[in-house]
Amino acid sequence: MIKSLHARQHQLAQQERQVEWLSNGIFKENKLPTFQHKLEQSGQFPLHSGAIEIFQINIGYMCNQVCKHCHVDAGPDRKEIMTRETTQQCLDVMEHAKIKTLDITGGAPEMNPDFRWLVSEAHKRGVKEIIVRSNLTIFSANPKFNDLPEFFRQHGVRVCSSLPFYNADKTDRQRGEGVFSDSIKGLQMLNAVGYGKEGSGLILDLVYNPTGAFLPGDQKALERDFKKELKNHFDIDFNQLFTITNIPISRFLDFLIESGNYEGYMEKLVNAFNPAAVAGVMCKNTISIDWQGNMYDCDFNQMLGLKVEKKAGQHIREFSLASLQNREVVISQHCFACTAGSGSSCQGATV
Amino acid sequence: MESTYYNPEDLKKFGNIGEWEKNLAEKFFSYYGDVFKEGDLTAREKSLIALAVAHTIQCPYCIDAYTQDSLEKGATEKGMMEAVHVAAAIRSGATLVHGVMMMNKAKKISM
Repeated sequence: MIKSLHARQHQLAQQERQVEWLSNGIFKENKLPTFQHKLEQSGQFPLHSGAIEIFQINIGYMCNQVCKHCHVDAGPDRKEIMTRETTQQCLDVMEHAKIKTLDITGGAPEMNPDFRWLVSEAHKRGVKEIIVRSNLTIFSANPKFNDLPEFFRQHGVRVCSSLPFYNADKTDRQRGEGVFSDSIKGLQMLNAVGYGKEGSGLILDLVYNPTGAFLPGDQKALERDFKKELKNHFDIDFNQLFTITNIPISRFLDFLIESGNYEGYMEKLVNAFNPAAVAGVMCKNTISIDWQGNMYDCDFNQMLGLKVEKKAGQHIREFSLASLQNREVVISQHCFACTAGSGSSCQGATV
Repeated sequence: MESTYYNPEDLKKFGNIGEWEKNLAEKFFSYYGDVFKEGDLTAREKSLIALAVAHTIQCPYCIDAYTQDSLEKGATEKGMMEAVHVAAAIRSGATLVHGVMMMNKAKKISM
């Protein structure tokens, strides 16, 4: 298993160093236009958020996997975890502001000791949609997680899981040795309780992301391939496939730099800038909250330490729907990944 | 002239061919775009055909572009190599099948 950038005390474990990378070099030398410039050209700067529909809570960076492209730099060594007190604050705010969707992410969010409490509370309080971003291998990582599919079913959780490819070769190269076979087991466990099965009302979506420095292909075409291959080889059913573009931050940024692909990848993202994809980016309707209760425009900005603009209130205890709606989104060059081609968001392509 | 015939940067300038003959370039790029749209063949199948042809005509620009494109379309590395073998088989087969012509000729002129 590789180690996190934090464990290696790598320079890119520092958020400021990542932000520097994204602002200097090819962008500072004007070889490539900045994201702000491209937004200005298409009359979309400054970028403003809309109404908040999704609360995406990152309840901890601990994970049982260490994926090569992880934008969180998650891993078993990461100890940052949301306390019950902060989790409670999030729930109270959600209830008060009548937010429809709770999107729980990590790390492996199931590793937070208050994870089940959070899901149960949200369910009890009538949150319309609870999404858990589960890595699938967690179910078999420890016997105490074996019953998670059943727990998800009981609470009507929508499960959203990463699977970069429908074979072991590509999946394991990105996510670690043996991850594919454990992921298949995880998917079969979810299917066994009804997830992804027609008429069950239990939604299981998969997330595809490229296994290298290239863009995702057409979402519908890839979904068709995934459905066919997973059904034929493993008798697995799922609902939708979401394509997500790899964001040039954290471990993926490290890969790009180390493999000499950084400039080429950024150029590809910039050239693929699609003004029509901007309207559907996730910062438009999502607020991201970190384990300490700080608020960000998205999970990627969270990893870069770029909090929401100051006047909107930067901590959950300052939460105000009025101040956060129509806030100016904090941008940098990593945002090009969300607007390339068909666009990219936690709900897949945006156009 | 550059010191080498091929420069990877030139691939990005493909569109510049329109500077000297706009009308034909527009027609070509429009046709090109339509060719690669999904039809009876999927976009991935078309990309793999392009990759195989790229190796047959040994065009570095095309190999660069369609290696990337095949990966984006979800092709496996094994599948991509299989496509190159298809190209190689047809190329070598084309050479060998001409052996029949050689045999015909040799038989005709020999006692």
